[in-house]
Amino acid sequence: MTPRARLIGIAAAACLVAILLFLPLGLNTYGLFILSMWAVMSIAAMGLNLTLGYAGQVSLAQGAFVGIGAYTAALLTINGYSLALAFAAAALLCFAVGWLLGYPALRVQHHYLAFVTLAFSTLAYLVFRNEEWLTKGIYGISGVPRPAALGIDLAKPLPFYYFCLAILAVVVVAVWWLVKSPWGRAFVAIRENPLRARSLGVNTSRYTLLAFAIGSGLGGIAGALYAPLVEFVDPSPFTLLLSLNLLMMVIVGGSGYFAGPLLGAIIAVLLPEWLRAIQSYYLILYALLVMAILMWSPTGILGIADAWLERRRSIARSRALAEKTPTLASGEDA
Amino acid sequence: MTTPILELHDVVAGYGAMTILRGTTLRVTRGAITTIIGPNGAGKSTVFKAVFGMLRVRTGSVRFDGAEVTNFTPRALLARGICYVPQGRNIFPELTVRANLALGAVAAPRGLDVQGRMERAMDRFPVLRAKAQAQASTLSGGEQKQLEIARGLLLEPKLILIDEPSIGLSPLLIRETFDLLLRLREAGVTILMVEQNAKSALEMSDYGIVLELGKTRMEAPARALLDDPRVGQLFLGGGAELDAA
Repeated sequence: MTPRARLIGIAAAACLVAILLFLPLGLNTYGLFILSMWAVMSIAAMGLNLTLGYAGQVSLAQGAFVGIGAYTAALLTINGYSLALAFAAAALLCFAVGWLLGYPALRVQHHYLAFVTLAFSTLAYLVFRNEEWLTKGIYGISGVPRPAALGIDLAKPLPFYYFCLAILAVVVVAVWWLVKSPWGRAFVAIRENPLRARSLGVNTSRYTLLAFAIGSGLGGIAGALYAPLVEFVDPSPFTLLLSLNLLMMVIVGGSGYFAGPLLGAIIAVLLPEWLRAIQSYYLILYALLVMAILMWSPTGILGIADAWLERRRSIARSRALAEKTPTLASGEDA
Repeated sequence: MTTPILELHDVVAGYGAMTILRGTTLRVTRGAITTIIGPNGAGKSTVFKAVFGMLRVRTGSVRFDGAEVTNFTPRALLARGICYVPQGRNIFPELTVRANLALGAVAAPRGLDVQGRMERAMDRFPVLRAKAQAQASTLSGGEQKQLEIARGLLLEPKLILIDEPSIGLSPLLIRETFDLLLRLREAGVTILMVEQNAKSALEMSDYGIVLELGKTRMEAPARALLDDPRVGQLFLGGGAELDAA
């Protein structure tokens, strides 16, 4: 990265942080709810991006993990346990279930794996809906509290938004560290070519399971944040549709790009709200916009930026090569 | 032959119901370049996969440096000093050159000075230092081959298994790659190579092994194989099997 590009990156990140910190001050309760939901979905999508974008394992179960996390947090907090414990339990439970779900990925890939995870998603939904003794079925669990954290009361929308933002910031830093670590490189190596990765001593089975488990764990954390945000948990938000929506966030934002899920979540969560100005046509326009983005750039929004940068680099390389290559004309000049 | 560094004895291995190696027995001399040649389907690449723990050895044994290593994991074999460079482009194009190089140390034992090793690798291949932060996909074919070999050398292996190093390279780059292998031999590294480009490979090798239908048919000094009319017939258009010749 050139110093100029680094400076542009830092400036853009600083602007984004400033917007996220100060924009909510002028928003009403609904606006704050939507922005908080963006943070929650960004965390879930970052988890899926780790599994799909970095490690190359297709999953249609991320919505189910958000559901498992939400139910875990709801059940624990309404029974008087702390939110911190709820977060830890949701993350660990989803990590463990995600690890188990990763086993089929050791045998099947691509659309076959998608169907295995789809089956798990359906199974999880059926448990949420039918196991009333645990989940209260279609009546759901109401009155999920928003406990205090570090002595700050999170009951009001603005403090809770900042709480969501803080959790998102922690996840962003953790995922950044992970993708830059040898683990992240091993994930990419498996995605690019498992045979090559094995030849370098990468334990492809263990890393595939880890990719599923960590991605699912992040889904669980998103769910643990979802429950107190909505203050009510029922099965309807955790159908296959949520998994497909999260998949769309990752792909539209740019699968395998670090910031892709954050952008994708803007498209999936915020864009429909901005389009409400055109009333009942907003979903049609939303669908057309998403299709247009993917037709223009199948690698997502960040793929467009990457292609532009690559074109510039390629032109620079060609110029440098042309300057170095002796020509007949240069011989005549001499 | 002097003490072999690698020995295969009656190795049987294959994919599912298909048996490819049907009792392969061979020896690789320490500090030499040995090339395995043979027709398509002879099991040349399968030998590497069986040695490197990527394909289960059903029966038979693999010994490395005097110790039994049959069906050891790739990680365990890397730790013992075997490195495998598979066929084709082996870089990870989306990662930087430095990250590609660092992947060579995934199996490094605790306490190993990986940074120091990487610095030394980049001293040996200056182009990798110059382009350390560039995406590996931007390297030329020859530079990519250098990156692969530098990565393989990171754990300072005693034996390199290299599968078709010339595939997809221009004649000039093939020459450069072979020169690099010769320099590695001078540095004491043993090289076992599979190569379709049989004549060029044997010309730069010390020993040759002819594999046919999963069995070793000949083991001899490379020069002797080059001068053998049966090998010439098999690899220069004759097409007859060694028994028939």
